[in-house]
Amino acid sequence: MSDERSEAPAPEQQAAGREATNWAKSVSRLNVSEVPAGAVNINVEGRRLTSPIQGFGKMWQKTYQVRIPADRVSNTDLIAAWKQRFPDFWPEGNHFYGPLTGIEPGEVALLDMVLPGRMKLSTGVMVLYADEESFTLMTPQGHMFAGWITFSATVVDGHTVAQVQVLMRASDPIFELGLSLGGHRQEDRFWQQTLTRLAGHFDHEADVDTQVVCVDKKRQWSRWRNVWHSSAIRSTLYTLGAPGRAVKRLFKRGGAVA
Amino acid sequence: MPEAATTFDVREVSEETRVIDIKGDITAQSEDVLMDAYGRASGHGVKVIVLNFSGLDYMNSGGIGLLVTLLVRAQRQRQRMLAYGLSEHYRQIFELTRLDEAVGIHDAEGDALAAAGAS
Repeated sequence: MSDERSEAPAPEQQAAGREATNWAKSVSRLNVSEVPAGAVNINVEGRRLTSPIQGFGKMWQKTYQVRIPADRVSNTDLIAAWKQRFPDFWPEGNHFYGPLTGIEPGEVALLDMVLPGRMKLSTGVMVLYADEESFTLMTPQGHMFAGWITFSATVVDGHTVAQVQVLMRASDPIFELGLSLGGHRQEDRFWQQTLTRLAGHFDHEADVDTQVVCVDKKRQWSRWRNVWHSSAIRSTLYTLGAPGRAVKRLFKRGGAVA
Repeated sequence: MPEAATTFDVREVSEETRVIDIKGDITAQSEDVLMDAYGRASGHGVKVIVLNFSGLDYMNSGGIGLLVTLLVRAQRQRQRMLAYGLSEHYRQIFELTRLDEAVGIHDAEGDALAAAGAS
């Protein structure tokens, strides 16, 4: 007689399944399959990903947390909503051009950020990892920092704790200077506003706890050449070149009409 | 889902080399036990820390973040970090996250210890 009960997969099989679905597939360089209207893909296509190991500046671990009563939302429902509506929680003026399907491992999203001095910066991120309780975005060469941002939610003492944790080094000397001249404060405000909006989505108002730890005070001077890929410089040049591109387009249209 | 029990056992293979045997999952929740293991491994005169991933069940992105933090601590002590026993999947994750540029990856313990100059 055969035993028809379905058996739970062995732990190794479960782990292998999670590995395959939760992690991005290995890529050597980023590829943007489709550029959404309004997005600029000058600093992502063909770029390599960068971890804090490849960055220039001091290494920081920044943790931002907001507590939401668990009866409003479970941690898995919160992460599902965050993944699905990620751009909606970003502060005004910044744009996240993610895939319509939401956050999935291996997806590449383009970003437009506003830096101090109202400088516009076009860059991107890749979804390195995503499961039911967390997801992680990793930065490419030229991004303002080299590293990753992990978004997670856990249940602690009757509260769902939504957390953003950034592990980073400034990519190059220019961004390192920018971070020390107000960039860190702006980044803190960015994630605090994001978590406030996220909590607001679940009809809850709460303060955001911020914890900043300098993991490594040393700067990696051998990485100063990262400035070659700087999205700040390339975005500025791109903005300055806008009138020239407009004139070029006019001539092209004129030629087509003639 | 309950967390799998994770252990980090430390072996002294030479005066300058320690092996940390990892068993279970590595996630952000593993921070205290991993850093405790590093503290036990990183005695006076230790120049190489070898991570044995043969017993690794699962690692998430929080675990990769922990390894970067561990690497920084080791570099501050002027120690090298080597690894062996990674599955093909986690080798690719080390490449994707570019951890392989700072952590020497080997197939087996003998290879890692030879690279450490401990065999």
